[in-house]
Amino acid sequence: MNSEPYIEAKGLIKKFGHKTALRSVDICLQEGDSLALFGPNGAGKSTLIQVLCSLLQPTSGSVRIAGYEARRDREALHQIIGLIGHQTFLYPDLTAYENLKFYGAMYGVARLNDRIPEVLDLVGLSDYRNGVVQNFSRGMQQRLSIGRAIIHDPMIIFLDEPFTGLDQQGSADFMKLILQFRDQGKTVIMASHHLHLGLELCGRAAILKSGRIVYLQDVAHIPHSDFKQIYSQKVGENALHLKVA
Amino acid sequence: MQFAQKLGAIIWKDFISEFRTKEMILSMCLFSFLVLIIFNFAFGLSLKFDRGMIAGILWVAFVFSGLTGLGRSFSMERDRGTLQGLILCPVSPWTIFLAKLIGVFLFTTVMEIITFFIFTILYNTTVLPFLVPLGLIIFLGTLGFTAVGTIFSAISATAKARSVLLSILFFPISVPVIIASVKATGIILSGNALQMVFPWLKILVAFDLIFLLVSYLTFAYILEE
Repeated sequence: MNSEPYIEAKGLIKKFGHKTALRSVDICLQEGDSLALFGPNGAGKSTLIQVLCSLLQPTSGSVRIAGYEARRDREALHQIIGLIGHQTFLYPDLTAYENLKFYGAMYGVARLNDRIPEVLDLVGLSDYRNGVVQNFSRGMQQRLSIGRAIIHDPMIIFLDEPFTGLDQQGSADFMKLILQFRDQGKTVIMASHHLHLGLELCGRAAILKSGRIVYLQDVAHIPHSDFKQIYSQKVGENALHLKVA
Repeated sequence: MQFAQKLGAIIWKDFISEFRTKEMILSMCLFSFLVLIIFNFAFGLSLKFDRGMIAGILWVAFVFSGLTGLGRSFSMERDRGTLQGLILCPVSPWTIFLAKLIGVFLFTTVMEIITFFIFTILYNTTVLPFLVPLGLIIFLGTLGFTAVGTIFSAISATAKARSVLLSILFFPISVPVIIASVKATGIILSGNALQMVFPWLKILVAFDLIFLLVSYLTFAYILEE
């Protein structure tokens, strides 16, 4: 196995004006690892994911992914990552098929005409391929957003509250998909409030508080039943209100 | 090849979107029609003899209507939350700029053709003998102000008062291209020799090249912010 980390973030600091969203965050992951990021609202989970995706530039610190320097090799880096976030990044006036066609072309996907039906089938939207996205429910849009993010078969998948808007069936299907990603050796980083889901889907868990990683552990070493308590201790709040799957 | 494919994909996406909503082209055409009508009623027959003023009216219609389209170029991406999706694609900022510029340029050209047709009827102007030089002036002038507008549209897209900000940024910078376009159009419409237009054409070409170069050098930083 290659000893060089696949994803390495060193001393990440991100400031928005006077507000500091990330305070000296370090992350080190090997290829195929999966990390669940937990933390209260405003802890910096989404900011961290955006910095790792190079959607935001850090105020200081560096990000190196798969040998690419995030700032310098942005295009090459974007070719191997997929992001599923709060926003779907879908064009409301375009159909599901057209959205995937657009993003597929942007990623230079080979045999795109074969790949699009495959992805639509994977996210359960084959029957809605010609539906205009603005007429879709939030859940359907989220499904298509998953399709958009994996159209180019990325090696690294960032998930920022990915279950937003998905119904029970959609969530179950998506969980299977995330486990498939892991089986395929893809690297997954997921920010979530769902403690149970995060522990079930990822190999490592981290807790962020006020822009700092205050806890990082292999899931195998975490007693799941105690994690709520660990979380409460680390963030200093009652975790009972958190979603537990 | 990849560059052309990605450029084409962004333009295709903008065209499909515009074809379905017609938001940009309709507002631009209605605005330019209104400008032509108002000036026609305000100045009446006296305009027939003042070709310089006619050229001014034509460019007021072009520039102000074009500005309504320019404002939407990036703000629509921001409002729909798709700009981040676009930035997340493995594409250079320059490709995004160029695709947006080409899109806006083509929409503006469609508006200008319609405006020009209405203009010739309302102002009883014969343009057939000057079609080629006029076409060249309009091409260079439109390229100049859409290049300026596209870059400032990206800068102002995040602002709350984005249309005010766009106007404040856009007009002072685009004054040379507007003046050169008006002067060159006036000279041609007055039936003067083509050589008289050359100094203005040189300004237009220089302006276009400078702004395309500036956009190439700075757009990555603009998009980053």
